[in-house]
Amino acid sequence: MLKKFFANGVRTRFIGTIACGWFLLLAADRVDPLRVYQGGIVAIYVIAIASVILLTGYSGQVSLGQGAFMAIGGFSAALSSKYWHLPFFLTLIVAVLAGALAGALLGGGAARLSGPYLAGITLALAIGLPNLANQFSFLGGEQGLDYSVGDPPLRFGMDFTTDKWFFWITGLAALITLWWTQNILMSRYGRTWRALRSNPAAAQLAGIHVGRVKVLAFTLSAGLAGLAGALLSMTLFYALPSAFPLSLSFALVTGAVLAGVTHLLGSMLGAIVLVAIPAYAELLANKLGGAERVIANLPGLMISTLLILAVLFTPNGPGEQWRTFKEKKGKKDRQTR
Amino acid sequence: MLAFISTLLIGITVGAIYSLMALSLVLVWRSTRVINFAQAGQAIFSTYVAYEVIQRTGNFILGMAAAVVVGALLGALVEVLLMRTLFKRIHSGAVAAVAPVIATLGLLGVIRASVGLIWGNDGHRFDAPVSTQAFSMGNTVIPFSRFNLLVIATAALVMIVFTVIFQKTSLGLSLRASAFAPEIARLSGIRVGSIRTIGWAFAGATGAVAGVLISPNDSLTPNSLDLLLIFGFVSAVIGGLDSLIGAVVGGLVLGIGKALILAYLGSSLDYPTAFVVLAIVLIVRPGGIFSMKRGRNA
Amino acid sequence: MTLTVNNLSVDHGAIRALNEISFTVAPGQIAAVIGANGAGKTTLLRTLSGLTHATTGQATWEGKDILGKKPENLVRSGIAHVSEGKSVIAELSVKDNLALGGIWRKDKKDVALATQEVLELFPRLQERLGQSADTLSGGERQMLAIARALISRPGLLLLDEPSLGLAPLVVAQIFQTLSQLRERLGFTLVLVEQNAMSALKIADIGIIINLGRLVASGKASDLSNDPALRAAYLGY
Repeated sequence: MLKKFFANGVRTRFIGTIACGWFLLLAADRVDPLRVYQGGIVAIYVIAIASVILLTGYSGQVSLGQGAFMAIGGFSAALSSKYWHLPFFLTLIVAVLAGALAGALLGGGAARLSGPYLAGITLALAIGLPNLANQFSFLGGEQGLDYSVGDPPLRFGMDFTTDKWFFWITGLAALITLWWTQNILMSRYGRTWRALRSNPAAAQLAGIHVGRVKVLAFTLSAGLAGLAGALLSMTLFYALPSAFPLSLSFALVTGAVLAGVTHLLGSMLGAIVLVAIPAYAELLANKLGGAERVIANLPGLMISTLLILAVLFTPNGPGEQWRTFKEKKGKKDRQTR
Repeated sequence: MLAFISTLLIGITVGAIYSLMALSLVLVWRSTRVINFAQAGQAIFSTYVAYEVIQRTGNFILGMAAAVVVGALLGALVEVLLMRTLFKRIHSGAVAAVAPVIATLGLLGVIRASVGLIWGNDGHRFDAPVSTQAFSMGNTVIPFSRFNLLVIATAALVMIVFTVIFQKTSLGLSLRASAFAPEIARLSGIRVGSIRTIGWAFAGATGAVAGVLISPNDSLTPNSLDLLLIFGFVSAVIGGLDSLIGAVVGGLVLGIGKALILAYLGSSLDYPTAFVVLAIVLIVRPGGIFSMKRGRNA
Repeated sequence: MTLTVNNLSVDHGAIRALNEISFTVAPGQIAAVIGANGAGKTTLLRTLSGLTHATTGQATWEGKDILGKKPENLVRSGIAHVSEGKSVIAELSVKDNLALGGIWRKDKKDVALATQEVLELFPRLQERLGQSADTLSGGERQMLAIARALISRPGLLLLDEPSLGLAPLVVAQIFQTLSQLRERLGFTLVLVEQNAMSALKIADIGIIINLGRLVASGKASDLSNDPALRAAYLGY
């Protein structure tokens, strides 16, 4: 009976997710506040990186503009909160839908494109969209728009900090995202994406409607990015154009490559690295004398360098490297026996 | 009528700079089949070098020359160190198709951050070598300056030099042959690897010229050429990515189009215009206005 | 000026495309390499011109090892390869395609002379010098490809299926020209062909390969008179 229950992949993953969540909640009570805050950011990055992985790793399309979808999510959540006074939970839904809509639009165009054209168009989005936000007054200009989840419920107690509240929300969102994405990837859609990625011509011959599949991948991916954008805005209390710079898109691509673009769970590793690097960069920058230009540029330098190194040396992620190493070793062991 | 002509002239000035950026992207695309997003980084570094030289010597031409040399060297260096390693190491896997694009993106980040480390993120400034005051004829002022003229002349010079090199020299023939059919080129005794490096050097130099021409009297920051990269890319796509002439025409079309929109519809549509143009071109003429091809799955 | 191939094997990934092939072509001879589609003929030529890497074995030209050398260097030691499918660059003009033949050569006077010679040989190309190569007919393209190779003054010419996709009359013409050229210029020619009959007619020796293995080699006339070989591999 128990075996049958666990044999079902969906349920296994569901239980895994709950166990993970429980562990994280317990952990959040026992570490210092800065770590809790960073944990929240990690969770947001997990969602954003998962959105890149969904697109690049599984459907073989490259998006350099995931930061733009995050901006769309952040601003639409803030707008719906400001003008429609929606409760926080619903603004997150709005963010997902707005991101997904933008993704569907871009995906519709992208279905005809690939390679350099897609890369260029998404990069154009990432560079241009924040500029655009500055130009329209209803988006609040450089000051951005207020966006807040409000204080944590009183029943959690007086010492329940805002950071911890953020961590709970983002952590829950990240877990749901991972669980849901994993299920999508194991479904029929995931299989068609993989088929499309490894051999587009064959997939087309096998009756896969390439255009439709690409649009779907873009839609889902951008929806996730929108969610991440809304959550990022939440931790900043504002939806700000400057919160979604080009370097954010760079960082997400870096995170995805570090994760190994085909490994969803790798997104956690990628996210941790993305949060850890700026922290260490700041330490290092202060040691180097703490000049403003060093503090401002060292994280970007480290992340970009890491991206190049990762693409050159572990293009399929450290996980892949480890697996091939183990496979080789396993083969050797069997041969010696 | 006069207003229209001066708008046109402004458009040609801006478009000439876009053309140069587009040329540098097309040069790399033809030889390596990679869109070099790091071009914006290489160009900004070269432009800062020009800024340093102009600061010290007060000579704009010397600054431009330094930028061109540094841009060419940097381009060659990127090809030899990064691209060759990349193509040697990566043949298969989920990332193989997108690895070059990601690598150039990483390089763009590295160069931007390095420029920030060296010169800081605050805006720098250097002056144009000639007046940027509008010409005036009697009472009518044409918003077109000596500097605009210089920009157009410089861009035209670069294009003439390229035309001569590509059409009249054996280096040009090697560049074209290697771009269209690397295998036949090798069988004809052309050292395709070295030719590719030269192509990247040309591209780097061209990008540097674009950077130095667009920066005077404006704030120079590590990311001030990002938009130029996008406009250059759009121009290259309009021209079909493979065609040098297409890149020039694409730049002029975009420049003039933008100037007209700016003059008659307002400045807030500046950036969206490029994006809309890009979308329309990709949907209506996916092969660029210079090609008869259908899809864009290169 | 002898081409010697000894125990040459080439792998394409897990597939063995050529398996321990050995033969010798004496100076000035025409060797016809015959075999069905996928026999490994093209792989053989690509290996000899440096485009494909050999797995094991040796090959020498003029007593020097040629395996593992780059094509751009082998051209300089006199090996010219006209690859499969009318190897011209469609985007370039006829003139530029011809210019490619001598682009690496220092002796520009002789390049001009050689160009003059091939234009006399193929007057059709003279008429079309300014046109883009993709406006040429199949036969003209093949002429252009051969002309380009000749301008490099090769000692060894590797020719991959010059008859592919051409009308029989044109094929006959091209083979006749090749035979005359060899008499006049004295190069050694390795000709890969599916059209066994025409190829063996002008060849001195024949090399028959099937599924990557050498089936038979010897005097062309002997091979074409062997009833068993004719039935199994030559198809006439």
